[in-house]
Amino acid sequence: MSGRVLVGVKRVIDYAVKIRVKPDNTGVVTDGVKHSMNPFCEIAVEEAVKLKEKKLIKEVVAVSCGPQQSQETIRTALAMGADRGIHVDVSGKDYENLGPLQVSKILAALAKQEDAQLILLGKQAIDDDCNQTGQMTAALLDWPQGTFASEVSLEGDKINLVREIDGGLEHIKINTPAVITADLRLNTPRYATLPNIMDSLMNNETELHKPNHRTSLCVGLIPLFETVAPEDMQGGTDRSGAMLRHTVLQSGKPKRIILSCLCI
Amino acid sequence: HTHILTRWRSTFSRSAPDVASHQPAEVASSFPPLQTYTEEEGMMREAVKKYAQERIAPLVSKMDENSHMDEEVIKSLFEQGLMGIEIDPEYGGTGSSFFSSILVIEELAKVDPSVAVLCDIQNTLINTLFVKLGTPAQKEKYLNRLSTDMIGSFCLSEAESGSDAFALKTRAEKHKDYYVINGSKMWISNAEHAGVFLVMANVDLSAGYRGITCFIVDRDTEGLEIGKKENKLGLRASSTCPLNFDNIKVPEKNILGEVGHGYKYAIGMLNEGRIGIAAQMLGLAQGCFDHTVPYTRQRVQFGKRIFDFQGMQHQIAHVATQIEAARLLTYNAARLKEAGRTFIKEACMAKYFSAEVATLTTSKCIEWMGGVGFTKDYPIEKYYRDCKIGTIYEGTTNIQLSTMAKFIDKEYNV
Repeated sequence: MSGRVLVGVKRVIDYAVKIRVKPDNTGVVTDGVKHSMNPFCEIAVEEAVKLKEKKLIKEVVAVSCGPQQSQETIRTALAMGADRGIHVDVSGKDYENLGPLQVSKILAALAKQEDAQLILLGKQAIDDDCNQTGQMTAALLDWPQGTFASEVSLEGDKINLVREIDGGLEHIKINTPAVITADLRLNTPRYATLPNIMDSLMNNETELHKPNHRTSLCVGLIPLFETVAPEDMQGGTDRSGAMLRHTVLQSGKPKRIILSCLCI
Repeated sequence: HTHILTRWRSTFSRSAPDVASHQPAEVASSFPPLQTYTEEEGMMREAVKKYAQERIAPLVSKMDENSHMDEEVIKSLFEQGLMGIEIDPEYGGTGSSFFSSILVIEELAKVDPSVAVLCDIQNTLINTLFVKLGTPAQKEKYLNRLSTDMIGSFCLSEAESGSDAFALKTRAEKHKDYYVINGSKMWISNAEHAGVFLVMANVDLSAGYRGITCFIVDRDTEGLEIGKKENKLGLRASSTCPLNFDNIKVPEKNILGEVGHGYKYAIGMLNEGRIGIAAQMLGLAQGCFDHTVPYTRQRVQFGKRIFDFQGMQHQIAHVATQIEAARLLTYNAARLKEAGRTFIKEACMAKYFSAEVATLTTSKCIEWMGGVGFTKDYPIEKYYRDCKIGTIYEGTTNIQLSTMAKFIDKEYNV
């Protein structure tokens, strides 16, 4: 057992930013907008660092797939206590088309390469809310998965997990190696202290990887037609199913499927 | 000049600038705008912003009302490494730069100027004095504690000597290998929680200010009495107390620097501390402004947002300009100091201007908020009360102006 944990960290638009749709409806505005580490990824990093502090694992490796700026996200993970980082360089069109399946393939390949004992991910990213990467990665590796974890404890070479599910809490025991995805109540992520930030900047141990062309050829798996903001809420309107039926009947033909983004 | 350019280049090449530049890299790197931060500074600012929003903001109102700094806040300031920013990691510090301290103070002040001043005094006055003047033994004894759990206080002012600092009357009489100090100090910040006091006392009153010496006095020294804290208009969570020295014995080895050179150290430190206060006032103004503008964008009167009235827009834009100007003065003074160039006049300008801007901003913000600005339910009135001390402490506005005038006089004396 290598005692090595891979933690996936994704660079997303900061949760506090007001999302705006691009005028050409091809997506949301990201230029000049504040980005930070996905909050669920922070929780995953915290859990990994905690396991290392308890001496249950030996090394925490932070992985991020994205453009040059993803290195900032890796630095934040280093400042929280990760030992080294791997930046998988994906930019331009490839980055626009990057989705859970591609990321899962990358993570699976890295897990084999790094001989990882555990992969810790956030349960989902706050930009696409996919909630797929953890599950897909486990399937590709044929590893057990513990998703929506709110409690994790290592017992020998097995993991005890408490999962938050619709009906309440589920207790499971899985073998290692495994994939775990972090839910909100797993822990409270620590702040990067200033000395840790200084240390992370001295840390030159972030490797740059280019994904092999097999992965990058998986472009545009999910075609995006358009991105629109939801209509402004009118006061006192009946928002029940009757409304939807009414509009469909009115237009006469079935509505085209659009991916709409939630802008508040 | 080449030296400065090289420094800028090396600072720049360690990072990408905060603001995207469309200029060819070479031009941009020669003269980056003042709002250019190294990666280190950028990360620190983000970390402190987050920490202040989550750990300090919820406690601000209570601390102000009770005139008491929460122990949890003090503890977390140390834990975050904010109390030893420039101290070498060898002594448990963060090992960062002066400009990082300035950014930290600014971010803290946006949330609570009282917390910012605690951090400012520790970093720009206490730590700097120990780092610059401490003997290896003194550094060994104090620097580690100053970065990890001990607050320091700087004791210069007395009841009869504020601006006229060198007229201080606290005297130190030499006996063999120790001094006996008698007298009292007033308006000493951080005194409630400080573990060490840097006391300016005169060893030879007949020599005037050339007798002033800096003594390191531990809190548990017999005869040291910390008086009841003042009931202040603003910065209430920051303790401000009178001190009394009744025949306290201080060993000779506790002198910081040289005998009779205290006045030089005081001036020197205050020149730097000035930039810290400028950063505090800047953060205060920005924080107040940031709370107010969203309100003006939401509040509707006469069918439109109050922000949309031209009169309001002009006032808001004017204040925003003043804050930006204060920011540039402050950042430039800090960079000048870091570059080893003369910075005293610029530091005075920064402190004077930022304090005035804080006063203007907070006053206007209350007006823009209307009735709710006048209540304690909203944070604006606290900023208004807090800003006033900016024109008073660490050198009053009048002193700053006189100092600037001295420099101007010299400049034209050719």
